[in-house]
Amino acid sequence: MSAIPKEEYLFKCTSACAGCSSSLCLRYVLKAAGPDSVLVVPACCTSVIQGIYPGTAMNVPVYNIAFAAAAACASGLSNALAALGKETNVIVYAGDGGTVDIGIQALSGAFERGTDFLYICYDNEAYGNTGMQRSGATPLGARTTTTPGGKPTAKKDLDRIVEAHNPPYMATACSAYPLDLYKKVKKALSIPGPKFIHILAPCPPGWRYPTEKTVEMGKLAVKTGTWILYEREFGKLTINGPSKAAMKRPAPLEEYINGQGRFKNLSPEIMDEMRQQVEQNIQRLSREEAGVC
Amino acid sequence: MYEIRIHSRGGQGGVTAAKLLALAAFRDGKYATACPFYGAERRGAPVVSFVRIDDKPIKIYSQIHEPDLVIVLDTSIMDVVDVLQGLKGDGTVLLNSAHPLAGCNGTCRHVDLTGIALAENLVIAGSPILNTPVLGALAKMGVVTLPSVEKAIREMFADERNVKAAEAAYEELKV
Amino acid sequence: MLTIATGNKAVAAAVKAAKPGVIAAYPITPQTEIVEQIAEYVTAGDLKSQYIPVESEHSAMAACIGASAGGVRTFTATSSHGLLYMHEMVHWAAGARLPIVMANVNRALGPGWNTWAEHSDAFSQRDTGWLQVFVSTVQEAYDATLMAFKIAEHEDVLLPVMVNLDGFALSHIMQSLETVEIGDFLPAYHLPHAIDTENPLVYGPMTGPADYFRFRWDIERSMRDARGVIADVEREFAERFGRSYGPTEDYRCEDADVIVIAMGTLGKEAEVAVDRLRDEGIKAGSMRLRWFRPFPDLDLARREVVVIDRDYSFGFGGVLAHAVRSKTGIAPYSVIAGLGGQEVTYNDIADFVRNRHPGEETWFGVSDHV
Repeated sequence: MSAIPKEEYLFKCTSACAGCSSSLCLRYVLKAAGPDSVLVVPACCTSVIQGIYPGTAMNVPVYNIAFAAAAACASGLSNALAALGKETNVIVYAGDGGTVDIGIQALSGAFERGTDFLYICYDNEAYGNTGMQRSGATPLGARTTTTPGGKPTAKKDLDRIVEAHNPPYMATACSAYPLDLYKKVKKALSIPGPKFIHILAPCPPGWRYPTEKTVEMGKLAVKTGTWILYEREFGKLTINGPSKAAMKRPAPLEEYINGQGRFKNLSPEIMDEMRQQVEQNIQRLSREEAGVC
Repeated sequence: MYEIRIHSRGGQGGVTAAKLLALAAFRDGKYATACPFYGAERRGAPVVSFVRIDDKPIKIYSQIHEPDLVIVLDTSIMDVVDVLQGLKGDGTVLLNSAHPLAGCNGTCRHVDLTGIALAENLVIAGSPILNTPVLGALAKMGVVTLPSVEKAIREMFADERNVKAAEAAYEELKV
Repeated sequence: MLTIATGNKAVAAAVKAAKPGVIAAYPITPQTEIVEQIAEYVTAGDLKSQYIPVESEHSAMAACIGASAGGVRTFTATSSHGLLYMHEMVHWAAGARLPIVMANVNRALGPGWNTWAEHSDAFSQRDTGWLQVFVSTVQEAYDATLMAFKIAEHEDVLLPVMVNLDGFALSHIMQSLETVEIGDFLPAYHLPHAIDTENPLVYGPMTGPADYFRFRWDIERSMRDARGVIADVEREFAERFGRSYGPTEDYRCEDADVIVIAMGTLGKEAEVAVDRLRDEGIKAGSMRLRWFRPFPDLDLARREVVVIDRDYSFGFGGVLAHAVRSKTGIAPYSVIAGLGGQEVTYNDIADFVRNRHPGEETWFGVSDHV
């Protein structure tokens, strides 16, 4: 951790909930990006976390934009900075709702056009800012305020959608592994073109676990194989350390599920289906990394 | 003001003919507007374009209901469209045809624009180009001058055969 | 240079002269010729702009917002459903105080599909904080687009400007066009609140009830200041290039007993109707409204007024007719005509005047009035 700069670009006066993992992530993202960076933020928890006018917790420029518009706004900004001959980092920091649902068209367009920017989706698997309604990223079985009986369908596979755009760099990350995230942001910003990082960001009020368990919850997501840390550079897949071990011998899924109120009273059938999804995902990525199709 | 209505089929160049005519009139030092009436655009469907020429600025945007001149680039349209509708009593008709209009009472002109285009091998995607030769015919009729026609064609097209075709139509049309 | 061009090409030529840093646009009939022409300029190297072929109008305006805030002049063009689709960002652009210029080729709204002229698209953005100007000739489309950049970017305005031209009727008509050497008419783009990593600011954060209204008032204050800026810019344009414009274009109004108020191409054709009416002994005049926002003060004292609306606010009335009424206290004869490209000639306009009933409303071509 000694390599991580001491400079802070997210001050301690955020308006985040206690135990918020996405503000942890933002802190490391900005440390990696440095001061010559602009953050583009659509409607999401970070709209609030950054502070309320006239105060702010941010020490880089932040451009707030409408829900569906982040990737397009960043496109324009990136092109403007190019026109001015500047090499400033343009980083979208968006939630799962603004990415997998309402913002996916703009995201797809910006990636297809080869926009030079980094798009980061911090994924707490529901519309957190508005009080935990389901999103396309909500996993099977999870209770939200709009799926009070548990979500009947699986989580949308955002990464495979982004992958279909053949970006030069994409990665997954998790708030419980900040150094891994830091390195990935650094690497992404060293590559021209559209880059993508998908961070799993556990959310105490939304997932209904005690605030002090935020880091533990992220680790369990990885250790159970529910969330796999990997990178793709020009299409080539690399599974990262913590997930390598987890994929060989995943921890029982219950360890992750049972600690979260949102998965209360899951039926055995749903639990089985979730187990199968985890297993399939592990197999798919393992085969791909091993070069077996 | 001199008002012209051009009848053609989608893809025959009626709209471009209107633009060329307006440009030629403009090069004559006149005011001119060319205004295609856009329906649902389909190849082969009857289309109509309007040109107005005047010595002072033209403020009218509506369609031409009482033309001074009607141009018919494709006589088969006359089976489905009343091309003479609203034509002024002293108005003129110009047909793309080797033969005169049967039963024409007023001033009727005809010239074989298709033949001229084919003779110059002015063909795009199997269709003879009519919009440049028709300008030569209009010059002969005194709607615009021949030098302005040549100028207008050269401003819009690089291929000199277009100018030749206009000159051929100028020669062929009898007034 | 003197040439002839369509309204769309005139807009593109003005954009080329204004040299935006970023242009982001999505094609839609009848605006397509603008984006095609700009793409051609950029490809040929005649215009050194970053051209972003976005995947939607919502993204077009979002990209313009990012680019304008990033510190470069920006332009986009749209029409009809495209304008409606970007509506959210149209508000955002004004609220963010960005001097974006947009050409809107006025077109009717579906269903059914109709690509002809109507002003409902622009009027649906009436309350967004954009300045709106409506033009009536190819030359005016060019001139107004050039001036739009200067007005929008003025430090007392810093609001976006929408240049409106009638679909097909003006976008596709060919008329004479004189392009100009703009010289230093447009100063270098300077946005006081451009994004600067040396001076990190947060733009558009959560703003509570104690503060929000101040930003709204600030938009209105600039909208009021814009009247003076528009007048100054139009005066400077006239001095430099010899063509003068104002909030309205008045034709034979001085001694008129009855004045026709219309916008766009109908407003120009109304002048022909006025000449005909004068020949009959009816002292008519035409007042073509150019600036719809900010709405000008109108001097109509002791006149009868006929307003032609190429739009409608259902359950209320013609938008322009009601604006005129609320601004002047005069109850006009309100004629709803030209919707979806409905053919309206100068003879029809003369008839509206001949058969006027002040205070009443009529739909041209409709026989079952209730």
